[in-house]
Amino acid sequence: MDVLIPVMAAAVRSGTPILYATLGEILTERSGVQNLGLEGLMLMGAFSGFSVTYSTGDPWLGVLTAFFVGVAISAVHAFLSVSVGANQVVSGLAVTMFGTGASSLLGRKMIGLTVKGFGKVPVPLLSEIPVAGPVLFDHDPLVYISYGLVLFLLWFIFRTRQGLNLRAVGESPVVVDAMGLSAARLRYLYTMIGGGMAAVGGAYLSLAYTKMWGEGMSAGRGWIAVALVIFAVWHPARAVLGAYLFGGVGAMQLRIQAAGTSFPAPIMMMMPYLFTILVLLVISVKKGKGILIDAPGALGVPYSREERT
Amino acid sequence: MVSAGRVPLVSMRGIEKTFVGVKANSGVDMDLERGEVHTLLGENGAGKSTLMNILSGLYTADSGAIVINGEPRILRSPRDAIRAGIGMVHQHFMLVPTLSVWENVSLGLDDQPFFLDKGRVIEKVGDIQKRYGINVDPMAPIWQLSIGEQQRVAIIKTLYRSADILILDEPTSVLTPQETRALFRTIRQIKAEGHGVIFISHKLDEVMDISDRITVLRKGRKVASVNVKDVTKESLAEMMVGRKVVFQIGKTLQNPGRVVLEARELVVRGDRGRVRVDHFSLDVRQREILGLAGVSGNGQGELCDALAGIRKTEKGSIKVDGCELAGRRTREFQKRGVSYIPADRIGTGLVTGMNLRENIALRKYWRKEFTRFRLFIHWENIAGRTGQLVERYSVVNPGLGFPARMLSGGNLQKLMLARELSDDPRVVIAVQPTWGLDVSATLFVRETLLEQRDRGAGVLLVSDDLEEILSLSDRIAVIHNGRLMGIVEDPDSVTEEQMGLMMAGTCLEEFSPPSGDGSLGQEKEVTPSP
Amino acid sequence: MRYRIVLRRRYKTGVFFEGILPVISIIAALLFAGGALLLFGVSPLAAYRAMFRGALGSGYGLSEVIVKAIPLVISGVAVALAFRMKVWNIGAEGQIYLGALASAAAVRFLPSGNQVVMLLAMTAAAIIAGGAWGYIAGFLKSRWNVNEVITTLMLNYVGIHLADHFIYGPWRDPSSLGFPMTPPFPPSARLPLFFGTRVHLGVLAAVLLVLLFRLVIRWTRWGFEIRAIGDNPRAAEYAGINYGRNVALLMFISGAIAGLAGMTEIAGLQGRLQPGFSPGYGYTAIIVAWLARLNPWGIMMVSFFMGVLLVGGDTIQVIMRLPLASVQVIQGCILFSVLGFEFFRNYKVLLLRRERE
Repeated sequence: MDVLIPVMAAAVRSGTPILYATLGEILTERSGVQNLGLEGLMLMGAFSGFSVTYSTGDPWLGVLTAFFVGVAISAVHAFLSVSVGANQVVSGLAVTMFGTGASSLLGRKMIGLTVKGFGKVPVPLLSEIPVAGPVLFDHDPLVYISYGLVLFLLWFIFRTRQGLNLRAVGESPVVVDAMGLSAARLRYLYTMIGGGMAAVGGAYLSLAYTKMWGEGMSAGRGWIAVALVIFAVWHPARAVLGAYLFGGVGAMQLRIQAAGTSFPAPIMMMMPYLFTILVLLVISVKKGKGILIDAPGALGVPYSREERT
Repeated sequence: MVSAGRVPLVSMRGIEKTFVGVKANSGVDMDLERGEVHTLLGENGAGKSTLMNILSGLYTADSGAIVINGEPRILRSPRDAIRAGIGMVHQHFMLVPTLSVWENVSLGLDDQPFFLDKGRVIEKVGDIQKRYGINVDPMAPIWQLSIGEQQRVAIIKTLYRSADILILDEPTSVLTPQETRALFRTIRQIKAEGHGVIFISHKLDEVMDISDRITVLRKGRKVASVNVKDVTKESLAEMMVGRKVVFQIGKTLQNPGRVVLEARELVVRGDRGRVRVDHFSLDVRQREILGLAGVSGNGQGELCDALAGIRKTEKGSIKVDGCELAGRRTREFQKRGVSYIPADRIGTGLVTGMNLRENIALRKYWRKEFTRFRLFIHWENIAGRTGQLVERYSVVNPGLGFPARMLSGGNLQKLMLARELSDDPRVVIAVQPTWGLDVSATLFVRETLLEQRDRGAGVLLVSDDLEEILSLSDRIAVIHNGRLMGIVEDPDSVTEEQMGLMMAGTCLEEFSPPSGDGSLGQEKEVTPSP
Repeated sequence: MRYRIVLRRRYKTGVFFEGILPVISIIAALLFAGGALLLFGVSPLAAYRAMFRGALGSGYGLSEVIVKAIPLVISGVAVALAFRMKVWNIGAEGQIYLGALASAAAVRFLPSGNQVVMLLAMTAAAIIAGGAWGYIAGFLKSRWNVNEVITTLMLNYVGIHLADHFIYGPWRDPSSLGFPMTPPFPPSARLPLFFGTRVHLGVLAAVLLVLLFRLVIRWTRWGFEIRAIGDNPRAAEYAGINYGRNVALLMFISGAIAGLAGMTEIAGLQGRLQPGFSPGYGYTAIIVAWLARLNPWGIMMVSFFMGVLLVGGDTIQVIMRLPLASVQVIQGCILFSVLGFEFFRNYKVLLLRRERE
């Protein structure tokens, strides 16, 4: 058990950026928009959070900046997906390309710098609990915020009026429209908030996880988050499970590498990606058997009111 | 017409609306009084739904004025319309299938706090149910409800918002006669409370039954507004179509031959994995039309998909000319002469982005006469064939190279008939073949189906229009909840009333001496419609 | 009297419109990207001037553009083929790596002095490996409907790491002074070059593939099936076209073509396998395919344009010390702009007089 506790704690830490991105994408997809730009958004979040923190010394300001950078970039995606009715797969790829390019172009002078970033803040009392304490309550504030976020979203999506609108617009925008709500406005809103959350996930990487900036540092976590949304069947609680599972795989991989095995590093580095495919496969098989519910009915389908075919 | 001093509830003046060059409404006027049921009558495509979508704020009129309760209103969005007291029950009910009844009712409510007050919504829904005699479980998710129940939810939704003006778009087209009567009771109650109801229909009997006043539309224009007392069914029909209408179709007597399509104990699952067709059996013989009656959504689509080989059958056998085809590929069905006219022309039957040639090729491109060396498509031959077919079926088109989406609904259907019926099929499966078509196209389709029958094909006709089933079929099978309720050997011997009961889940032998192989249906409790 | 803006849906567009819209959207994209570059402290004017001079200012530059366009055309065809069926093969990059890896394996394990034999063996290896890489995603999609966007993308990472494993490990050239690369290929494993430039035989493969793409899509039964599925999968199912089998086959062929791009790249240009030999050709191919509206001739033209961008990117990297990432920014902007201008393809914007009484 004592061996496992640090691994589990590390799983939570390395799962947190993925968790933020996954939760964000859950909101976006529940509104009926698919944003495949998470990877680019995370990178932009990681960069902008880092650079603001570096120049102001305030990591909170960094996180906030990252959030709004994410909101701004995903607003472009929202415009293309909602207003133009463009192909969302391609638009999402454009977000990723732009984000990857812009972050490394802007960040080229930041390479090698470090920030103080977020440090561990053990929660009094709770961190004393055996096992759960060190695993869950001996982290930086962003981890605690992510706990709160999960609880908030569970309540928000299933218990509030706004959440009802969100669930409805992803399923049948035409109904939402006929009920006097603006389907477009809801979709803009949640695409932008979701993008902002993905960027916060990126900022976690550069401000709490490594405390430095590196080109392409998200290393596919954005894509893993896209896969996790499917794994989570668009449910925040299952997103936690998925994110920590992947965090665990990443943490194990680092530990095994550090322990010095004869296993070649590149092969080890494939693991999270292969694991993603495996997870997706398991989910899809289950879905095929009708065990799990499917994606929001109108996911990826643009809506315009006077459309006549 | 309107007595002095009284302000009409709704007054629409000079409404114009154009869709890509097609005038859907031109200069339409309409009034609605308190405590009246005002029917909008017209053929498909006459502009009824467009006018009502304008009143409910979904579309914006190009020009024209709307006055509600004496106040001029500009309805830019459904929100404006809901605030003005307008509630519309759309043909497609505007319900979110994954949400429950009470959640659907709550959607977009202004009076709800940030939290959802489930208790209050359910309580108020209960009140409405009692007051109007509507029955439905507020906790059930929509997708589990029957079409009739879904309609009740849609009505509750508008009543919950205390709509003063209720618009019902073709509400009876999905109901059994009994359900229709229950609906009419509700409508009368609403009317008695001083609200106004706009009722859209093209079924003349119903229109005569429920309406106080009738406005007839034709090709986007208002033909007349009349009191129901002053008209007859015949005169209404004439106003609607613009000429004397002969509803009689020349149906000759035929001797059915041997069985061409035989299904035994079919079990088919739907898209959500539930059993939609439950041990269903039927025979279709040469030179007959077997009508399949039922409320839509009772497994007809899945059954026909399975019979045409495009949906997997879980159990049971399908024989065409005695040859077992269950479990075989779609193409085997095609090769055996099974042609299929699916309900969804645009979504399934045709590829609207492809041109006419390609659409004709869609189910034939693999045939020898249309390929070269079995690898390449022989476009010249296909073009030649398309030219012939378009002429024979008089498909009005801008050119064979234009995408099919440029055709009107009637011509799309003709194009599909041309493809499906041109090679003398053995079996014709037609699902809702006249849905959404105007009178002349409907007539064309019906005559074409009769021609196929007379030529020697076995025709399976699925429709939720009972009149259509009764007038075309030689025998009628009734489906409810995926089960066979019985087979009526002689359509003239059965009343609409009895058909309605069967469609609602009563087996044939429960109210009449057993006839034919009606015993195939399974026992089921008679549920009185609410 | 006021005016209001009305959007009318378009149902068809003219040839002129089809031709001019991509051009306008590229120009707009260069403007956007220029703004972005300006924001990032780079003078867009200087950058563009340097780029175009570098790419088109000399015969050498031009030949380099063609060299870059070759893998783009080939993988562009691969991607466009899949997109025609609305199968989102985002995995061309990984398939390129697998193709290159397999052809390097052919050189290593089946060496032959005969150039024809050697090159054919490499081609076959690349096609099989790239095809298999695509087939994994296609099979999973056909059998269990596994989302292909994610599987192909994940396989990119896996493929690149797999190539790294061999380059850094067992296949590393002992005489490379520790640089991660395989030993140089023998002359028999190199594609012939033309006109004393670096333009290699791959250029013919690229042109041939474009013609073949056109032929398959327009004239064959399989092409018709692909288009039918792409336009309306339910109608295709109704027509008796088997989705599952087609998706698996399509992904194999798409992957095989991308794999071929990997082979021509290392056999024609690099002459050995080294990490990062593809600067994201597989991703750029997506832009190529989309910008070309999946049209074969378009793929050639857009690839050429992207080649200009890449060669220009190299130039500004040297002259202005800008990272290659600036090209990525421009590419992202182009894609945004192309998508944004779709709007004008779908809608006509009208200014109407508002009537009021």
